[in-house]
This record gives sequence, structure tokens and C-alpha cells, in this order.
Amino acid sequence: MSAAEGGRAPLDPADVDLAVDLCGLRMPTPVMTASGCAAAGRELDQFFDVTSIGAVVTKSIMRSPRSGRPTPRMVETPSGMLNSIGLQGPGIDAFLARDLPWLVQRGARAFVSIAGETADEYVELARRVGQAPGVAGIEVNISCPNVENRGMVFACDPDSSYRVLSEVRPHIPDDIPVFAKLTPDVTDITIVAGAAADAGADGVTVINTLLGIAMDPDTLRPRLGGVTGGLSGPAVRPVAVRAVWQIRRALPDLPIIGVGGIRTGFDALEMVLAGAAAVQVGTVIFHDPSAPVRVADELRDELAVRGFASLDEVRGLAHV
Amino acid sequence: MTVTQARGRVVSRTPVGDYHHLVIAVEGIAEHTRPGHFVALAVGGADSGMLLRRAFSIYRTSTTGRYGPTVEVVFAAHGKGTRWMADLAPEDEIDVVGPMGRPFALPKEKVACILVGGGYGSAPMFSLASALRERGSSAHFVLGAATTPRLFGVLEANRVGSSVHVTTEDGSTGTRGRVTDVLEGLVDDVEAAVVYACGPMGMLRAVADLAEDAGAWSQCVVEESMACGVGVCMTCVLPVEGEDGLVRMVRSCVEGPVFRGDRVRWDAVGTIPPGTLGAPR
Ligand SMILES: Cc1cc2nc3c(=O)[nH]c(=O)nc-3n(C[C@H](O)[C@H](O)[C@H](O)COP(=O)(O)OP(=O)(O)OC[C@H]3O[C@@H](n4cnc5c(N)ncnc54)[C@H](O)[C@@H]3O)c2cc1C
Ligand SMILES: Cc1cc2nc3c(=O)[nH]c(=O)nc-3n(C[C@H](O)[C@H](O)[C@H](O)COP(=O)(O)O)c2cc1C
Ligand code: FES
Repeated sequence: MSAAEGGRAPLDPADVDLAVDLCGLRMPTPVMTASGCAAAGRELDQFFDVTSIGAVVTKSIMRSPRSGRPTPRMVETPSGMLNSIGLQGPGIDAFLARDLPWLVQRGARAFVSIAGETADEYVELARRVGQAPGVAGIEVNISCPNVENRGMVFACDPDSSYRVLSEVRPHIPDDIPVFAKLTPDVTDITIVAGAAADAGADGVTVINTLLGIAMDPDTLRPRLGGVTGGLSGPAVRPVAVRAVWQIRRALPDLPIIGVGGIRTGFDALEMVLAGAAAVQVGTVIFHDPSAPVRVADELRDELAVRGFASLDEVRGLAHV
Repeated sequence: MTVTQARGRVVSRTPVGDYHHLVIAVEGIAEHTRPGHFVALAVGGADSGMLLRRAFSIYRTSTTGRYGPTVEVVFAAHGKGTRWMADLAPEDEIDVVGPMGRPFALPKEKVACILVGGGYGSAPMFSLASALRERGSSAHFVLGAATTPRLFGVLEANRVGSSVHVTTEDGSTGTRGRVTDVLEGLVDDVEAAVVYACGPMGMLRAVADLAEDAGAWSQCVVEESMACGVGVCMTCVLPVEGEDGLVRMVRSCVEGPVFRGDRVRWDAVGTIPPGTLGAPR
């Protein structure tokens, strides 16, 4: 007997409350954009009202302008894609002068993603973003290489994850939630999540892309200019749901943002059932630029047919 | 600029030479289209594993036909997505985003213009020719391809063009050789002020260089792999020199796909040339 048949009467979707409180940040829906898949929100505002979604998570910003890696930077793979953008971006000065003010003025919840190659870089970025007016949250993307530590990815190592988050947290006002974005390319993601939480992160965002390579049938060499790339899209969703599930199990009180391959409202519900407090949609935006709104609408319907009036009723439900 | 995402309905798909000519009835796009714009089509159907849209130059639009507003593209079936498109039939549905990109810049004065199309790259040139001629400029066509079936639109060029030159590499139609072989003389003959080009990267580079040497402006439509087409992902970049002399990795979907030929660092496409803004040091 399914849960829907198990007694709950379907609701009118209009009676489902999708609002969430993410560590004090109130969002009308749990659906945010994923970093790197929405730039700073402006382009997507042509397709939907960016103030209507949970939050706009901006492309990871670094200290200096970055050109990124050579092209080709993208390969389509079954139900997914590999990208090797290499964090191309304008640098923090231009971001604070131009991109962030637009989002804030527009009235969107701006969740700023920051990335650095050294712990000091993260600190400087955290301080500057933390002081900027209108920031709703900060996502610390520690899924990039740490130049101080032989290029190893920060989030592959609990100690470097702890170090970055503990140095960053004091520079950000307490009322701005700080999430650590983790990579699934580790043996035990719960240990890294625990380290981030111990260091003062308010929650974790999982998952970033998985490292992959695709070969060119003509040249018989890697297709991406950057050789390796990050795999994303529906192909990675089970990995993401697993990561959310494991972290919820290990750290039941740690807020989790679930991201990876969400394409439909049910995909978002899967994350919430596994324990996510909010979700992000990334690659699917490339297919359907209105996806952040559509996924929320579909999630509302998924809850309504099963007779759930709010997200609190389903969060982590798969664990009980 | 208005970009719309809308569900379209296939009106027809007809083979033309080695290509397919696709007419889609779709609301909200035709009326905003200018020559040089492109559309991005979702391929593979609702449950497809093909996530990324495919970009196509807009060949023609109509706002008054019996199917309502329509958008037309010409495509070559070579990969998975375009092969799926080659099976489209009337009444099939297809999701369309458009019009996208920056269109061709049109000269303010009445001047001589040359429109160079390589293969299906001629598709965006016919609406451009009409726009140019409406403004009193001339529009001389140079259409080239490897073989005759890969030429597109020679008859139509004869109708809307001020003159038409055709090249094929196998010599089966027109002059044997490449577009540049006839372009060189033509630029001088007609005293061209602007050369417009759409086709493979190598052709664009040769045309841009030739135009620059002849003292003409060039406007080139580039085809970079695009994941989003709307400016959010940064996959579609190429090195372009700004007015300040600084090279930046620029998004071809929103800052292009039409670029001034003298601004693109053709020699460095596929690399991050030293000195580029933000290049690794
Ligand atoms: C602005 C623009 C205008 C274009 N206009 C036309 C047109 O008028 N007619 C036409 O036939 N083709 C055009 N193309 C190329 C067309 O987008 C590709 O041929 C098509 O995407 C290939 O898809 P596929 O499924 O056959 O190939 P696949 O190899 O299965 O595609 C896999 C991925 O790579 C990308 N890709 C593959 N080849 C190219 C390419 N040559 N250029 C860009 N992306 C590519 C695809 O978009 C897709 O995301 C244009 C491309 C751009 C960027
Ligand atoms: C083109 C592209 C660029 C990305 N850039 C970033 C980035 O700058 N920072 C970051 O934390 N994650 C980045 N990501 C990862 C996404 O935020 C997300 O974690 C991942 O793609 C999985 O979600 P998805 O399957 O919904 O896309 C990027 C992903 C893609 C596809
Ligand atoms: S294709 Fe995404 S930015 Fe151009």
C-alpha cells in the first residue's frame, strides 16, 4: 500500500505551503539555483521572476578575474554533461560593484558562492561579501583545488575543510547562514560534513560535480580542453540523494541543501525525503530555463496528491 | 531584448540537398527576430537523456502565415540530436527558446556588402540581404561548400542578392575552390564596406583576415558549443579583443554569435592566449 493510499486525503495544491526557513533565511519555496548554472540571476529573470524562487546562488566568485580553462568546455553525456569551465569570472570587485547590487535591488535572495585557492583568499572573500548589503547567505565552495596543499581539493580532506570554514565563519555576520559545498568524490562524505559543521558551518550543500573524462571518437583523445570535467545532470542524482541520506543519518540536525540532477518536482521530493531542507537545480536550467519555478510547482503537486501540507511533514521521512 | 521559451509545432520538415529545412509554428519569437539571431531547440523528447539544447541560426520567420507565427531553420543531421530532428514530422512538438544572441550590425550608410555563407551557414544571410537592400545597401552573395548538395539557397540568393558567386571544392557547381578564392576579387570589384560571414571557423578566420586587409569591416557568426545559450554557464567562450585592447574570454551566446571579425583572436580560439583578462600566470 502506498503512502498516498495509506490514509492521507489529497489536498488542493493551493493549500500546500512550500515556504522554508533555512537557518533564519525565509524562502517562499525550497528551490534555489545551483552555483554556476544561473550566473548572477540577471539572464534568468527573462524567463521567470527571480524573486519568486527560494534564492539565487551565484556563480562561485574568486578574488581576481579568471579566464577559466580552454574550450571545448562542455561535453554532453548520457543524461548529463561534463564541464571544465574552470571558474571563469569577473573577480570580487566587479561582482560587488555590478552583479550583487542588481540581485539585491531586484529583491531576490542572493546566496553568494565564494571560492579560493588558499585559506586566506576565502577569508578575504568572506569578509567582503559578509559586509556587502543585502546578502542572504554564503555558500563556501570548497570543492576546488587547494594550492597550498599540492592542489588537493579542500573538500576531499576533513582538515582543510575544517580550516577554511573555521577561518571564514568569524568574518561573516551571525545572521547570514554559511553553507559548505562538498564534493562527492570522497570515501566518506559524512566525515567532511562533520568537519565543516564543527568549524561553524550552518549547513552543507551536497553535491558538487563528480570528476569525469570523455574521449573524442575522431581524435581518440579527451574531448574537453581541460581534459577532466565535472559531471552533472540527472545522471548524478542517485549519488546526490545518497549523499544527503548519509549526512542526515550521521548528523540529523545539520541543515542540508540537496543538489545534483534535479529535473522534476519528484526529484526535489526525493532529496527532501532523504533529509534536505532545501534543494538547488543546476544543469536542468540549460534544458529548461524556467526550471526553478517549474520544479517548485511540481513539488507542490507531488505533496498535494500525497496529502502533505508542508515540507516539514516530509523532510527526512524516508528515514523513519 | 525579449527571449521566449515556448512549445512549438512542426509545420514541415523537408530535405534540401544534404540538409533539412524545418518550419516551426511557435508564438512569441518571430516578431522579435532580427537577422543573425538564433534559436535553441530541445531535442529527444520529454524523457530524453539529451539534456542540452541545439543552437540554430534563424533562416526565416513569418508573422502572418496560416499557421500563425513561424520560425525556420536549416540543419545538417550529424550528431544524436540533429538526427532526432531529422525524423520530425508535421504536428510533432518541439520546445523552442529564442530569439537569442546579438544580431548582425547593419551599416548606417548605403554601402556595398558581401554575404558569405559556407554550407548551411548561408541560412541567416537571406533575411540579412533583405534588410540591407531595404536600407539601400547592396548584398552580393558568395556561397560555398565542399559539394553541390551542401550548398544552401543558391536560387534564393539569385532572387534577393545583388549578385551571386558560388564555389564548390569539387568543382561540381560554380568556381572550383573556396569562398575566399572569389571573395578577394569581389571585395575590390564592388568596393565592399562590410563582409558578413557564417560558416566553419576556418572560413570565418580567412574571411575576417581578407576583409581586414581590404579595409572592410567584417561580421562573423561563430559556432561555439553552447550548454545554456542564454549566458549563464560560460561554456561558449572565445578570445575577443575589446576596445581597450584587452583580450577577454567572451560568451558567444549573448555577446555573439555575431562578432566583428577584427576583434576575434582567431589564431587563439581553443586556448587562453597569454595576456587575456584573468589568464593563469
Ligand atoms: C549560434 C549557432 C548557430 C548554429 N546554426 C546552425 C544551423 O543553422 N544549422 C546547423 O545545422 N547547425 C547549426 N549550428 C550547429 C548546431 O548547433 C550543431 O550542429 C548541433 O548542436 C549538433 O547537435 P547534434 O545533436 O547533431 O550533435 P552532438 O554531437 O550529439 O551534440 C552534442 C553537444 O555538442 C554540441 N555541438 C555539437 N556540434 C556542435 C557545433 N558544430 N556547434 C555548436 N555546438 C555543437 C551540441 O549543441 C550538443 O550540446 C549552430 C551552432 C551555433 C552555436
Ligand atoms: C556549467 C557548470 C558550472 C558550475 N559552476 C559551479 C561553481 O562555480 N561553483 C559551484 O559550487 N558549483 C558549480 N557547479 C556545480 C553545480 O552547482 C551543481 O553542484 C552540480 O552541477 C550538480 O547539480 P545539477 O546536476 O543540478 O547540475 C557547476 C555546474 C555546471 C554544470
Ligand atoms: S552557452 Fe551558456 S553562457 Fe553561452
